[in-house]
Amino acid sequence: MLDVSVTYNRFKFLGHEYLTWIWYSIETGTYRNFFDTRDNILITVGNRIVLENRLSKEIETVTIKGDSADLKEGMVALKKGALVSEISIKIEKDGQPWTLSLKGESLSIANLKTPPAGQVQDPEDVDGAVLEKIYLFEAVMKILDTLYLSFIKQRTGDDWNRKIKGKIRQWVKKN
Amino acid sequence: MGLLSASVSIVRYTVNGNIKAPIMDSIAEGLHRHRIKEIDNHPQDKIVGWTAYKNPYVADFSGSSFSYDPYILFSMRIDKKSIPSKIVKKQFLAEVSRRLSDGSRQYISRNEKADIKNQIVESLNIKIPATPNIHDIVWLPEASLLYFFSTLKSANEELESLFLKSFDVSLIRLFPYTQAYFKAGLSESDLDKLSRLTPGHFATT
Repeated sequence: MLDVSVTYNRFKFLGHEYLTWIWYSIETGTYRNFFDTRDNILITVGNRIVLENRLSKEIETVTIKGDSADLKEGMVALKKGALVSEISIKIEKDGQPWTLSLKGESLSIANLKTPPAGQVQDPEDVDGAVLEKIYLFEAVMKILDTLYLSFIKQRTGDDWNRKIKGKIRQWVKKN
Repeated sequence: MGLLSASVSIVRYTVNGNIKAPIMDSIAEGLHRHRIKEIDNHPQDKIVGWTAYKNPYVADFSGSSFSYDPYILFSMRIDKKSIPSKIVKKQFLAEVSRRLSDGSRQYISRNEKADIKNQIVESLNIKIPATPNIHDIVWLPEASLLYFFSTLKSANEELESLFLKSFDVSLIRLFPYTQAYFKAGLSESDLDKLSRLTPGHFATT
Protein backbone atom coordinates (compact mmCIF):
# COMPACT_ATOMS: atom_id res chain seq x y z
CA MET A 1 0.00 0.00 0.00
CA LEU A 2 1.15 3.53 -0.75
CA ASP A 3 1.99 5.87 2.13
CA VAL A 4 -1.42 7.11 3.35
CA SER A 5 -0.08 10.57 4.16
CA VAL A 6 0.79 11.28 0.51
CA THR A 7 -2.26 9.67 -1.05
CA TYR A 8 -4.70 12.39 0.06
CA ASN A 9 -3.23 14.99 -2.28
CA ARG A 10 -2.07 12.56 -4.94
CA PHE A 11 -5.53 11.05 -5.42
CA LYS A 12 -7.64 14.18 -4.97
CA PHE A 13 -8.43 13.92 -8.68
CA LEU A 14 -10.15 10.58 -8.07
CA GLY A 15 -12.74 12.28 -5.85
CA HIS A 16 -13.34 14.97 -8.47
CA GLU A 17 -13.74 12.38 -11.22
CA TYR A 18 -16.12 10.47 -8.94
CA LEU A 19 -18.40 13.46 -8.38
CA THR A 20 -18.39 14.23 -12.11
CA TRP A 21 -19.30 10.59 -12.74
CA ILE A 22 -22.13 10.91 -10.16
CA TRP A 23 -23.54 13.93 -12.02
CA TYR A 24 -23.36 11.98 -15.31
CA SER A 25 -24.93 8.90 -13.71
CA ILE A 26 -27.79 10.94 -12.25
CA GLU A 27 -28.52 12.84 -15.46
CA THR A 28 -28.42 9.71 -17.63
CA GLY A 29 -30.09 7.48 -15.02
CA THR A 30 -27.24 4.93 -15.22
CA TYR A 31 -26.89 4.92 -11.41
CA ARG A 32 -30.00 2.72 -11.35
CA ASN A 33 -27.91 -0.17 -12.74
CA PHE A 34 -26.02 -0.38 -9.44
CA PHE A 35 -29.09 -0.90 -7.23
CA ASP A 36 -31.77 -3.51 -6.95
CA THR A 37 -34.97 -2.10 -8.47
CA ARG A 38 -36.82 -3.25 -5.33
CA ASP A 39 -34.77 -0.68 -3.35
CA ASN A 40 -36.71 2.12 -5.10
CA ILE A 41 -33.75 4.48 -5.11
CA LEU A 42 -34.05 7.85 -6.80
CA ILE A 43 -31.10 10.26 -6.90
CA THR A 44 -31.28 13.85 -8.09
CA VAL A 45 -28.84 16.74 -8.20
CA GLY A 46 -29.38 19.24 -5.39
CA ASN A 47 -29.02 22.98 -5.40
CA ARG A 48 -25.24 23.36 -5.45
CA ILE A 49 -22.38 22.19 -7.68
CA VAL A 50 -18.79 23.44 -7.51
CA LEU A 51 -16.41 22.74 -10.40
CA GLU A 52 -12.66 23.16 -10.57
CA ASN A 53 -10.55 23.39 -13.68
CA ARG A 54 -6.95 22.36 -13.06
CA LEU A 55 -6.05 22.26 -16.75
CA SER A 56 -5.62 26.02 -16.85
CA LYS A 57 -2.54 27.74 -15.40
CA GLU A 58 -4.44 28.87 -12.32
CA ILE A 59 -7.20 26.79 -10.77
CA GLU A 60 -10.57 28.13 -11.99
CA THR A 61 -13.61 27.55 -9.80
CA VAL A 62 -17.23 27.75 -10.92
CA THR A 63 -20.00 27.62 -8.31
CA ILE A 64 -23.62 27.05 -9.28
CA LYS A 65 -26.19 27.35 -6.54
CA GLY A 66 -29.86 28.00 -6.03
CA ASP A 67 -32.97 25.85 -6.36
CA SER A 68 -33.63 26.97 -9.93
CA ALA A 69 -29.98 27.28 -10.96
CA ASP A 70 -29.11 26.71 -14.60
CA LEU A 71 -26.54 23.92 -14.79
CA LYS A 72 -25.48 24.91 -18.31
CA GLU A 73 -22.59 26.95 -16.93
CA GLY A 74 -21.36 23.78 -15.28
CA MET A 75 -21.52 21.94 -18.60
CA VAL A 76 -19.47 24.67 -20.23
CA ALA A 77 -16.89 24.27 -17.47
CA LEU A 78 -16.86 20.47 -18.02
CA LYS A 79 -16.31 21.02 -21.74
CA LYS A 80 -13.22 23.07 -20.90
CA GLY A 81 -11.85 20.30 -18.68
CA ALA A 82 -13.23 21.18 -15.24
CA LEU A 83 -14.32 18.46 -12.82
CA VAL A 84 -16.89 18.55 -10.02
CA SER A 85 -15.26 19.23 -6.65
CA GLU A 86 -18.47 19.48 -4.58
CA ILE A 87 -22.03 18.42 -5.29
CA SER A 88 -25.23 18.40 -3.31
CA ILE A 89 -27.59 15.54 -4.01
CA LYS A 90 -30.95 14.25 -2.90
CA ILE A 91 -31.37 10.53 -2.37
CA GLU A 92 -34.78 8.97 -1.97
CA LYS A 93 -35.28 5.38 -0.86
CA ASP A 94 -38.84 4.09 -0.71
CA GLY A 95 -39.97 7.72 -0.79
CA GLN A 96 -37.82 8.71 2.22
CA PRO A 97 -35.53 11.69 1.44
CA TRP A 98 -31.92 12.39 2.43
CA THR A 99 -30.08 15.51 1.25
CA LEU A 100 -26.32 15.99 1.55
CA SER A 101 -23.25 17.63 0.06
CA LEU A 102 -20.25 15.56 -0.96
CA LYS A 103 -16.75 16.95 -1.15
CA GLY A 104 -14.60 15.21 -3.76
CA GLU A 105 -11.12 15.50 -2.29
CA SER A 106 -12.07 14.18 1.17
CA LEU A 107 -15.36 12.32 0.53
CA SER A 108 -16.60 14.13 3.64
CA ILE A 109 -20.33 14.67 3.94
CA ALA A 110 -21.81 18.01 4.91
CA ASN A 111 -25.34 19.29 5.52
CA LEU A 112 -26.69 15.76 5.79
CA LYS A 113 -30.40 15.82 6.50
CA THR A 114 -32.11 12.50 7.07
CA PRO A 115 -35.80 11.63 6.85
CA PRO A 116 -37.54 12.73 10.04
CA ALA A 117 -36.70 10.56 13.06
CA GLY A 118 -38.74 10.21 16.26
CA GLN A 119 -38.94 13.30 18.45
CA VAL A 120 -37.17 13.32 21.81
CA GLN A 121 -39.82 14.33 24.34
CA ASP A 122 -38.04 13.21 27.50
CA PRO A 123 -34.61 11.74 28.40
CA GLU A 124 -35.90 8.18 28.07
CA ASP A 125 -36.52 8.75 24.34
CA VAL A 126 -32.86 9.55 23.63
CA ASP A 127 -31.61 5.97 23.20
CA GLY A 128 -34.32 5.11 20.67
CA ALA A 129 -33.82 8.37 18.77
CA VAL A 130 -30.06 7.82 18.62
CA LEU A 131 -30.41 4.30 17.25
CA GLU A 132 -32.98 5.44 14.70
CA LYS A 133 -30.74 8.29 13.58
CA ILE A 134 -27.71 5.99 13.23
CA TYR A 135 -29.86 3.60 11.21
CA LEU A 136 -30.76 6.49 8.88
CA PHE A 137 -27.08 7.49 8.55
CA GLU A 138 -26.08 3.93 7.79
CA ALA A 139 -28.82 3.58 5.17
CA VAL A 140 -27.52 6.54 3.17
CA MET A 141 -23.87 5.51 3.68
CA LYS A 142 -24.71 2.13 2.16
CA ILE A 143 -26.08 3.85 -0.94
CA LEU A 144 -23.03 6.14 -1.17
CA ASP A 145 -20.68 3.17 -0.73
CA THR A 146 -22.46 1.30 -3.53
CA LEU A 147 -22.01 4.32 -5.80
CA TYR A 148 -18.32 4.69 -4.94
CA LEU A 149 -17.64 0.97 -5.30
CA SER A 150 -19.33 1.01 -8.74
CA PHE A 151 -17.26 4.03 -9.78
CA ILE A 152 -13.95 2.62 -8.57
CA LYS A 153 -14.59 -0.74 -10.26
CA GLN A 154 -15.24 1.11 -13.52
CA ARG A 155 -12.31 3.48 -13.01
CA THR A 156 -9.81 0.66 -12.45
CA GLY A 157 -11.37 -1.54 -15.15
CA ASP A 158 -10.43 -1.76 -18.82
CA ASP A 159 -13.75 -0.28 -19.92
CA TRP A 160 -12.99 3.14 -18.42
CA ASN A 161 -10.75 4.25 -21.26
CA ARG A 162 -12.44 2.07 -23.89
CA LYS A 163 -16.09 3.01 -23.24
CA ILE A 164 -17.07 4.96 -20.12
CA LYS A 165 -14.86 8.00 -20.59
CA GLY A 166 -16.20 8.32 -24.14
CA LYS A 167 -19.80 8.07 -22.94
CA ILE A 168 -19.27 10.81 -20.35
CA ARG A 169 -17.62 12.99 -23.03
CA GLN A 170 -20.62 12.42 -25.32
CA TRP A 171 -22.97 13.47 -22.52
CA VAL A 172 -20.92 16.61 -21.90
CA LYS A 173 -20.87 17.42 -25.62
CA LYS A 174 -24.64 16.94 -26.02
CA ASN A 175 -25.56 19.24 -23.10
CA MET B 1 -23.03 19.54 15.60
CA GLY B 2 -24.48 16.62 17.44
CA LEU B 3 -25.70 13.50 15.75
CA LEU B 4 -29.32 14.32 16.62
CA SER B 5 -29.05 17.75 14.93
CA ALA B 6 -31.27 18.44 11.93
CA SER B 7 -28.18 18.77 9.74
CA VAL B 8 -24.84 17.04 10.35
CA SER B 9 -21.37 16.78 8.83
CA ILE B 10 -19.55 13.47 8.84
CA VAL B 11 -16.00 12.25 8.27
CA ARG B 12 -15.55 8.51 8.14
CA TYR B 13 -12.56 6.53 9.39
CA THR B 14 -11.43 2.93 9.29
CA VAL B 15 -9.89 1.60 12.50
CA ASN B 16 -6.52 0.16 11.56
CA GLY B 17 -5.74 -2.67 13.94
CA ASN B 18 -7.35 -4.82 16.58
CA ILE B 19 -8.52 -3.63 19.95
CA LYS B 20 -7.24 -5.84 22.76
CA ALA B 21 -9.82 -8.41 23.92
CA PRO B 22 -12.15 -8.19 25.75
CA ILE B 23 -12.99 -5.25 23.49
CA MET B 24 -15.60 -3.57 25.70
CA ASP B 25 -13.19 -3.54 28.66
CA SER B 26 -10.41 -2.06 26.52
CA ILE B 27 -12.74 0.62 25.18
CA ALA B 28 -14.02 1.47 28.67
CA GLU B 29 -10.46 1.66 29.97
CA GLY B 30 -9.29 3.89 27.06
CA LEU B 31 -12.26 6.23 27.46
CA HIS B 32 -11.78 6.50 31.22
CA ARG B 33 -8.00 7.00 31.03
CA HIS B 34 -8.34 9.83 28.51
CA ARG B 35 -11.60 11.37 29.75
CA ILE B 36 -11.71 15.15 29.74
CA LYS B 37 -10.46 16.91 32.85
CA GLU B 38 -11.73 20.32 33.90
CA ILE B 39 -9.24 23.18 33.42
CA ASP B 40 -11.36 26.02 34.85
CA ASN B 41 -9.40 27.74 37.65
CA HIS B 42 -6.19 26.23 36.27
CA PRO B 43 -3.49 27.95 34.16
CA GLN B 44 -3.83 25.39 31.31
CA ASP B 45 -5.36 27.00 28.20
CA LYS B 46 -6.58 23.91 26.31
CA ILE B 47 -7.50 20.28 26.91
CA VAL B 48 -8.91 17.48 24.78
CA GLY B 49 -10.56 14.35 26.10
CA TRP B 50 -13.43 11.89 25.79
CA THR B 51 -16.77 12.54 27.37
CA ALA B 52 -20.15 10.87 27.62
CA TYR B 53 -22.63 11.43 24.78
CA LYS B 54 -25.66 11.88 27.00
CA ASN B 55 -24.04 14.25 29.46
CA PRO B 56 -20.92 15.77 27.90
CA TYR B 57 -20.25 17.86 31.02
CA VAL B 58 -19.75 14.80 33.20
CA ALA B 59 -17.20 12.42 31.70
CA ASP B 60 -18.63 9.30 33.31
CA PHE B 61 -18.42 6.01 31.40
CA SER B 62 -19.52 3.72 34.18
CA GLY B 63 -21.94 0.88 33.48
CA SER B 64 -21.00 0.69 29.77
CA SER B 65 -23.14 3.79 29.18
CA PHE B 66 -21.29 4.23 25.88
CA SER B 67 -22.58 0.92 24.49
CA TYR B 68 -25.51 1.06 22.06
CA ASP B 69 -25.06 -2.45 20.73
CA PRO B 70 -23.58 -2.85 18.12
CA TYR B 71 -22.43 0.77 18.28
CA ILE B 72 -20.13 2.60 20.67
CA LEU B 73 -21.27 6.15 21.20
CA PHE B 74 -19.30 8.87 22.94
CA SER B 75 -17.99 12.38 22.30
CA MET B 76 -14.71 14.22 22.09
CA ARG B 77 -14.61 17.51 23.96
CA ILE B 78 -12.12 20.26 23.27
CA ASP B 79 -12.06 22.92 26.00
CA LYS B 80 -10.21 26.06 25.05
CA LYS B 81 -9.69 29.43 26.69
CA SER B 82 -9.53 32.45 24.45
CA ILE B 83 -7.92 35.55 25.88
CA PRO B 84 -8.37 38.68 23.77
CA SER B 85 -4.90 39.86 22.74
CA LYS B 86 -5.79 43.45 23.62
CA ILE B 87 -6.33 42.49 27.28
CA VAL B 88 -2.90 40.81 27.38
CA LYS B 89 -1.34 43.89 25.74
CA LYS B 90 -3.05 46.27 28.19
CA GLN B 91 -1.90 44.33 31.26
CA PHE B 92 1.59 43.84 29.81
CA LEU B 93 2.13 47.57 29.18
CA ALA B 94 0.79 48.41 32.63
CA GLU B 95 3.21 45.97 34.26
CA VAL B 96 6.18 47.23 32.20
CA SER B 97 5.35 50.82 33.20
CA ARG B 98 5.07 49.81 36.84
CA ARG B 99 8.50 48.13 36.82
CA LEU B 100 10.16 51.12 35.14
CA SER B 101 8.41 53.69 37.29
CA ASP B 102 10.94 53.64 40.14
CA GLY B 103 13.51 55.09 37.69
CA SER B 104 16.25 52.61 38.59
CA ARG B 105 16.48 51.33 34.99
CA GLN B 106 15.75 52.49 31.44
CA TYR B 107 14.55 49.29 29.84
CA ILE B 108 13.36 45.71 30.44
CA SER B 109 15.21 42.75 28.91
CA ARG B 110 13.62 40.48 26.31
CA ASN B 111 13.58 37.57 28.76
CA GLU B 112 11.89 39.63 31.46
CA LYS B 113 9.26 40.81 28.94
CA ALA B 114 8.58 37.17 27.98
CA ASP B 115 8.24 36.27 31.69
CA ILE B 116 5.82 39.14 32.27
CA LYS B 117 3.71 38.04 29.31
CA ASN B 118 3.66 34.40 30.47
CA GLN B 119 2.63 35.42 33.98
CA ILE B 120 -0.20 37.59 32.63
CA VAL B 121 -1.48 34.84 30.32
CA GLU B 122 -1.26 32.31 33.16
CA SER B 123 -3.15 34.54 35.58
CA LEU B 124 -5.84 35.32 33.00
CA ASN B 125 -6.16 31.60 32.17
CA ILE B 126 -6.96 30.92 35.83
CA LYS B 127 -9.76 33.51 35.73
CA ILE B 128 -11.26 32.76 32.28
CA PRO B 129 -13.47 29.68 31.91
CA ALA B 130 -12.80 27.32 28.99
CA THR B 131 -15.26 27.16 26.11
CA PRO B 132 -16.25 23.55 25.39
CA ASN B 133 -16.67 22.19 21.84
CA ILE B 134 -18.28 18.79 21.60
CA HIS B 135 -17.99 16.41 18.64
CA ASP B 136 -19.96 13.16 18.64
CA ILE B 137 -18.51 9.81 17.61
CA VAL B 138 -20.20 6.58 16.51
CA TRP B 139 -17.87 3.59 16.40
CA LEU B 140 -18.74 0.20 14.91
CA PRO B 141 -15.99 -2.13 16.21
CA GLU B 142 -17.26 -5.10 14.20
CA ALA B 143 -16.90 -3.17 10.94
CA SER B 144 -13.75 -1.29 12.04
CA LEU B 145 -15.60 1.87 11.10
CA LEU B 146 -15.98 5.18 12.90
CA TYR B 147 -18.16 8.20 12.13
CA PHE B 148 -16.90 11.54 13.39
CA PHE B 149 -19.45 14.35 13.36
CA SER B 150 -17.20 17.22 12.36
CA THR B 151 -15.33 18.18 9.22
CA LEU B 152 -13.13 20.70 11.08
CA LYS B 153 -9.49 19.92 10.27
CA SER B 154 -8.25 20.72 13.78
CA ALA B 155 -10.93 18.56 15.44
CA ASN B 156 -10.16 15.64 13.10
CA GLU B 157 -6.44 15.90 13.92
CA GLU B 158 -7.20 15.91 17.66
CA LEU B 159 -9.41 12.86 17.20
CA GLU B 160 -6.73 10.89 15.33
CA SER B 161 -4.13 11.67 17.97
CA LEU B 162 -6.34 10.99 21.02
CA PHE B 163 -7.74 7.77 19.56
CA LEU B 164 -4.25 6.33 19.04
CA LYS B 165 -3.22 7.26 22.60
CA SER B 166 -6.39 5.78 24.07
CA PHE B 167 -6.83 2.52 22.19
CA ASP B 168 -3.38 1.74 20.74
CA VAL B 169 -4.79 1.53 17.20
CA SER B 170 -4.75 4.22 14.55
CA LEU B 171 -7.57 5.78 12.56
CA ILE B 172 -7.25 6.11 8.81
CA ARG B 173 -9.48 8.74 7.28
CA LEU B 174 -11.59 7.46 4.39
CA PHE B 175 -10.88 9.73 1.42
CA PRO B 176 -10.88 8.69 -2.26
CA TYR B 177 -7.77 6.50 -2.17
CA THR B 178 -8.27 4.92 1.26
CA GLN B 179 -11.99 4.33 0.69
CA ALA B 180 -11.08 2.44 -2.49
CA TYR B 181 -8.19 0.60 -0.84
CA PHE B 182 -9.91 -0.51 2.36
CA LYS B 183 -13.62 -0.61 1.60
CA ALA B 184 -14.16 -1.40 -2.09
CA GLY B 185 -13.03 -5.04 -1.91
CA LEU B 186 -10.70 -4.63 -4.90
CA SER B 187 -8.58 -7.55 -6.12
CA GLU B 188 -4.77 -7.39 -5.92
CA SER B 189 -4.57 -6.46 -9.61
CA ASP B 190 -7.21 -3.72 -9.20
CA LEU B 191 -5.34 -2.34 -6.17
CA ASP B 192 -2.23 -2.22 -8.31
CA LYS B 193 -4.17 -0.38 -11.04
CA LEU B 194 -5.56 1.98 -8.41
CA SER B 195 -2.08 2.98 -7.26
CA ARG B 196 -1.09 3.76 -10.86
CA LEU B 197 -4.15 5.86 -11.82
CA THR B 198 -3.45 9.29 -13.25
CA PRO B 199 -5.81 12.29 -13.52
CA GLY B 200 -8.24 12.46 -16.43
CA HIS B 201 -10.90 14.88 -17.65
CA PHE B 202 -13.87 14.99 -20.00
CA ALA B 203 -13.00 18.12 -21.96
CA THR B 204 -14.47 18.31 -25.44
CA THR B 205 -12.97 21.58 -26.64
